[in-house]
Amino acid sequence: MTTELIIAVIITVVGASTPILIAALGELVVERAGVLNLGVEGMMLVGAITGFVIVFTTGNHYLAIALAAAAGVATSLIFGFLTLSLSANQTATGLALTIFGTGFSALAGQGFSARPVTLLGPLFPGLAGDPVWRVIFGYSALVYFALFMVLAIWWFLKKTRAGLILRAVGENDLSAHSIGYSVIGVRYMAVMFGGAMAGIAGACFPLLLTPQWADGMTAGRGWIAVALVVFASWRPLRLLVGAYLFGLVMTTELYAKAGGGPLSAIPSELWAALPYLATIVVLVLISIRRDASTNAPACLGKPFVPSN
Amino acid sequence: MTINRRTILKSGLTAAMLPLLSSVAFAQDEPLKVGFIYIGTINDNGWNYAHNQGRLYLEEQLGDAVETTYVENVPEGPDAERVLRELAQSGHDLIFATSFGYGDYVLKVAQQFPDVKFEHATGYQRADNVATYNARFHEGRAVAGTVAGHMSETGKGGYIGSFPIPEVVMGVNAFTLAARKVNPDFTMTPVYISTWNDPAKEADAARAMIDQGIDVITQHTDGPAALQVAEERGIVGGFGQGADMSAFAPQAQLTSIIDNWGPHYVNAAQAVIDGTWESKDSWPGLKEGEVQIGPYGPKVPEDVKAAAEAVKEGQIDGTFNIFTGPINDHTGAERVPAGVTLTDAELLSMDWYVEGVNPPS
Repeated sequence: MTTELIIAVIITVVGASTPILIAALGELVVERAGVLNLGVEGMMLVGAITGFVIVFTTGNHYLAIALAAAAGVATSLIFGFLTLSLSANQTATGLALTIFGTGFSALAGQGFSARPVTLLGPLFPGLAGDPVWRVIFGYSALVYFALFMVLAIWWFLKKTRAGLILRAVGENDLSAHSIGYSVIGVRYMAVMFGGAMAGIAGACFPLLLTPQWADGMTAGRGWIAVALVVFASWRPLRLLVGAYLFGLVMTTELYAKAGGGPLSAIPSELWAALPYLATIVVLVLISIRRDASTNAPACLGKPFVPSN
Repeated sequence: MTINRRTILKSGLTAAMLPLLSSVAFAQDEPLKVGFIYIGTINDNGWNYAHNQGRLYLEEQLGDAVETTYVENVPEGPDAERVLRELAQSGHDLIFATSFGYGDYVLKVAQQFPDVKFEHATGYQRADNVATYNARFHEGRAVAGTVAGHMSETGKGGYIGSFPIPEVVMGVNAFTLAARKVNPDFTMTPVYISTWNDPAKEADAARAMIDQGIDVITQHTDGPAALQVAEERGIVGGFGQGADMSAFAPQAQLTSIIDNWGPHYVNAAQAVIDGTWESKDSWPGLKEGEVQIGPYGPKVPEDVKAAAEAVKEGQIDGTFNIFTGPINDHTGAERVPAGVTLTDAELLSMDWYVEGVNPPS
């Protein structure tokens, strides 16, 4: 492998990993607040079609990202209202949200499938053309946004009072409630944040990866994001490693096959299963650890019904 | 008339409650009711879009003599059986099932409705009232391969496929054979991505190819993602699949292979109206206009256009067949002797690659 090829592979890996990373960061915060939202895929699709339509009509990529985030928030509020205000089952509601997002985005996307748009350009156009430095500076703002959010969320959860409250709500909702914090309010904020991130992750598809709209174009990456949160045992820095690892697996398959090297002998079905296999392995490893702490928020998935 | 699944359910129930009103009882006076089921949405810009264009063509050509219905997003499973039965019960006289995986359900429902005619696209199982139909896409691949053989600078082509089914293998082989008639050193690398619809993965596959020296890409998945990458990277180019995709890649689309199902739908409906419909397998291609070659891109020089047109015309008048020997397989062993042409049955069970293909695992 030449340096040039390695750089090219890295650039493709970073692109493929970014939407998964952004969506998973959002889901991580949601789950740390004790809410399991399986609607990530649906919210991503709503973000993707919103991002596409805005770029198509205005040509403004940053406006598209902002409105994709807003659309993700709006979609997540459906979930929030049902599960937080009405205490509906989170698993069923999340699955329904994915089905809704898939159908809604296909409906909204009618007539847009034969229309091209342009990708969001690199943030540093001067360095993006450099054959070597492009590996660090050659990406669009979405890639740097994802990396920035890893640090921001790590700092928020670890170092701030608000992060502590959010974690308290996820670990022991009754205690948080009894000392006066609004469990439902905190969870609404977390769910909305998750929706915004999923919306931006969806917008990555037409803006970062392939400048078009196609029904169901996120193709299951929302589920990878959900799996990744478990894989990372609810920690942002591990999530970063995990997302890039997942992206590496997905991309290496294609490079191996296109290049005809020894790796191309691995069947593509196995490549496709690898990220999920890795998640299962990590779950097993976590569960056989002696201290038995899976790091999963204790109240994950449990509806909170205040008694008074 | 377009109806969704809910209204179809209602009409199906009505029909079930009135079993005496069989669908053919009033077929004489009323327009022929033709039903279509699609595996995806009609906005996919590919396979389902093309079938729906065929349906619109049928309405346009036969006017008041036909009335069409379509149901989108019908999965290849028990749901297909239900939708087929509902269509049959609600008085449809001719039903087109447009995806390979509907086969078993078509046969099952056809048995229960002997008066309804069924046609199954890309299928192989027939019955008295079940016909199959397909298009010779590989004839278009031979034209595209000719262009690629002339224009590729690295002599390396890539083929993004969904699954290694005979339909796709046939396309890889036709393309490669045609390209190697022009450039004997041309090699082809197929990459199977295990999905029909994941544009981001198609785009990444195209990036992986371009980064490793492939400069002509063709795809057997439904969207324009690979062409867009070809345009962005400025490689020699690629080909539209199913429809003209020049809007996505004005420079990089060298030409396109267009599916045109309309004429077949008109013929089949007319045959039912005339009472001449019979169960058979139809597999038309360039000659019948069911497969068409789109306009050539601005990069394609006149002499290459002429060579491609010659291959096209040869297939139309029957003087040229891409699967006429001598053909070696990828190990170099002779597979088809000189002067022998592969039969349709051999094509439909094709599971080997010709010389010049780097076979995937």
